[in-house]
Amino acid sequence: MNDMRKIERDVKMTDTKITARNVNVHYGDTHAIKDVNVDIADKTVTAFIGPSGCGKSTFLRCLNRMNDTIDVCRVQGDIRIDGKDIHDKSVDPVQLRAHVGMVFQKPNPFPKSIYDNIAYGPRIHGLAKSKAELDEIVEKALRRGAIWDEVKDRLTQSGTGLSGGQQQRLCIARAIATEPDILLMDEPCSALDPIATAQVEELIDELHRDYSVIIVTHSMQQAARVSQKTAFFHLGNLVEFGDTDQIFTDPKDPRTESYITGRIG
Amino acid sequence: MTLLAFLILFCAVMIGYMLNLRAARAIRAGGTRLHSLDGFHGGFSALVTLVPTFFIILFWMMFQGTVIQSLVKAGLPAGTLEGLGTGEVQLIMSEIRSIAGGRIFGTPEDWKLEAADRLVSLRATSSILLVVVTVIMTAVLILLSRKTVAAEFRARQGVEKIILSLMIGCATVAIFVTVGIVGSLMFETYRFFEMVPIADFLFGTTWEPQIPIREDQIAAEGAFGMVPVFLGTLVIATIAMIIATPIGLFSAIYLHEFASDRARAYIKPLLEILAGVPTVVYGFFAILVIAPAIRSFGTDLGLPIAPNTALAAGVVMGIMLVPFISSFADDALAAVPHSLRDGSLALGATQAETISKVLFPAAIPGIVGGILLAVSRAIGETMIVVMAAGLIAKMTINPLDSVTTVTVQIVTLLIGDTAFDSPKTLAAFALGMVLFLMTLVINIFALRIVRKYREIYD
Ligand SMILES: Nc1ncnc2c1ncn2[C@@H]1O[C@H](COP(=O)(O)OP(=O)(O)OP(=O)(O)O)[C@@H](O)[C@H]1O
Ligand SMILES: [Mg+2]
Repeated sequence: MNDMRKIERDVKMTDTKITARNVNVHYGDTHAIKDVNVDIADKTVTAFIGPSGCGKSTFLRCLNRMNDTIDVCRVQGDIRIDGKDIHDKSVDPVQLRAHVGMVFQKPNPFPKSIYDNIAYGPRIHGLAKSKAELDEIVEKALRRGAIWDEVKDRLTQSGTGLSGGQQQRLCIARAIATEPDILLMDEPCSALDPIATAQVEELIDELHRDYSVIIVTHSMQQAARVSQKTAFFHLGNLVEFGDTDQIFTDPKDPRTESYITGRIG
Repeated sequence: MTLLAFLILFCAVMIGYMLNLRAARAIRAGGTRLHSLDGFHGGFSALVTLVPTFFIILFWMMFQGTVIQSLVKAGLPAGTLEGLGTGEVQLIMSEIRSIAGGRIFGTPEDWKLEAADRLVSLRATSSILLVVVTVIMTAVLILLSRKTVAAEFRARQGVEKIILSLMIGCATVAIFVTVGIVGSLMFETYRFFEMVPIADFLFGTTWEPQIPIREDQIAAEGAFGMVPVFLGTLVIATIAMIIATPIGLFSAIYLHEFASDRARAYIKPLLEILAGVPTVVYGFFAILVIAPAIRSFGTDLGLPIAPNTALAAGVVMGIMLVPFISSFADDALAAVPHSLRDGSLALGATQAETISKVLFPAAIPGIVGGILLAVSRAIGETMIVVMAAGLIAKMTINPLDSVTTVTVQIVTLLIGDTAFDSPKTLAAFALGMVLFLMTLVINIFALRIVRKYREIYD
């Protein structure tokens, strides 16, 4: 399987989707992100790796302005998606988040039915004009989330009644249902067993044909399996960013090398 | 004398504690390892002395009156009480008691004076006996527990057991009180239904609990139909909830979601003050502010408005319940996991959508629980209604009319000259019983919902 993906990777040549320049994030007095510059390509999977507390989640939340919801958090710097500054006054964070989907580390299905969980986003954004259309969107999202077969007979049951792995795939399907261009995934597999992890990885692989996907992970193998680009964070700095193959086989920075070989982290 | 008994007990506890502590220290000083710490040996003695003696003194105080009275009664010259009703016997006994207390009216018969003397001497004996019993008991208990002090004696376990059973005792007090309340209510209610048919009470539509006081008085038979009274409760509680629910919920949502820290710092304490205002003060507010406002408003519209209105009472009661509902809703909103809010916002939902579509539905069981508890309070509230809504039971659901409620009727039935065997007085217990059942059902309902909602996130 790995070989096939590698071939695919090499064929892709894509343009830049997100550019971040001199991004700094403070939580009160904590300096969590220090002068990060990065260009993230369209229709690619980018992995963020690094030791715990190095700011991966924080940087991810900058990209859909979820840090705005944290009182003590201050974000400085220039972040552009498709060339447009996301901190511009004309940009509504609500609109931005509709285009930049997010999957959280812990599955967080709403205590509603499985159907309503998926239909939540399409409903608030008015994506469906009729019930039939909504049904179609829900089914498509569940299929892409690789969970349709398991839940198709129990769409009216509560989403919280699913197993942890099913819940996470439900949350991924929920994020996909709003048709975002970018999908941010913060350790999406940390609650999953190997089988569900494989399913999610397969899903990510499929998604990146249409979206740019950014995935935070603590698993080196996972980063190597699913991503084309890898960014290594350490103590709030972006230490190294490049092709996944290069990062894992020939890291330029000694910190990257020691993290990958298991000496820091 | 009782005070003396308690003083002796206190000293005995101290002495027992010190004795055992010393003994334990002595053993330790002798180089032996004790199973329990010295303090536990002392504590064991103190508890063993304190608990039984304390209860003995308590029982003595509770029952000495009855015992002495029956002794006095038995000592009366034969035949004096023959053929007298319980009321008259009670009258005689209380006369004897007041003579014993030195309050002599008129010239009582000799046998009454003798009985009073006997009462005085019996009381004195009882007091002395109590002190003697206390001294003997404490002495015996101190000695017994002093004997237990030994290296291998498990004093800690002993102390723990005694304290545990004391705690169990405290916990069961609440149960016994509830059972006692229900029991007494049931007894009186039963007596009431012996005089008034239960169907008349439950379905009757007139409430006029006037009963002729003297036999020859010409008065209407009292009518005990509870429907208008319950209708009054219902009207006022409904108005109160219509006011309190939206205000309470919206203030909770504002405080929880939108208010800046500064605003919250001012508003929350204010709400708490509102919760601490005595209901009498709310009653004043109803009479002085709300009722005149309603009246002048009604006159402007040309509506006939009674001086006391259900509306005034309901509105003020609603204001009283606002902090109650708002604090419950606040807790329920705070219990919704943060991840749900993040999940909704990350899907591009606005804050309003997040609140109305995710937070609120997730918090609804807790909120409903709070609302139902508020309903029980509204049903049980008396003071505001007495002051603002009136005393006359009318078969009406017009909020601009004066109505009365169950609790108010209970109070008025029990005020003034009452005999505990007339239906007028007993009706109060029947009303109380129905009220109790109503709030019980609501509370069970509320607790069910609250418990169910706890399960969701645990
Ligand atoms: N809400 C917050 N308030 C204050 N400080 C925060 C907050 N969230 C994160 N931080 C701090 O910011 C720094 C980066 O945290 P972040 O969550 O981005 O790390 P991470 O790389 O995602 O770690 P992990 O791999 O454990 O998830 C940490 O030092 C953390 O203590
Ligand atoms: Mg993280």
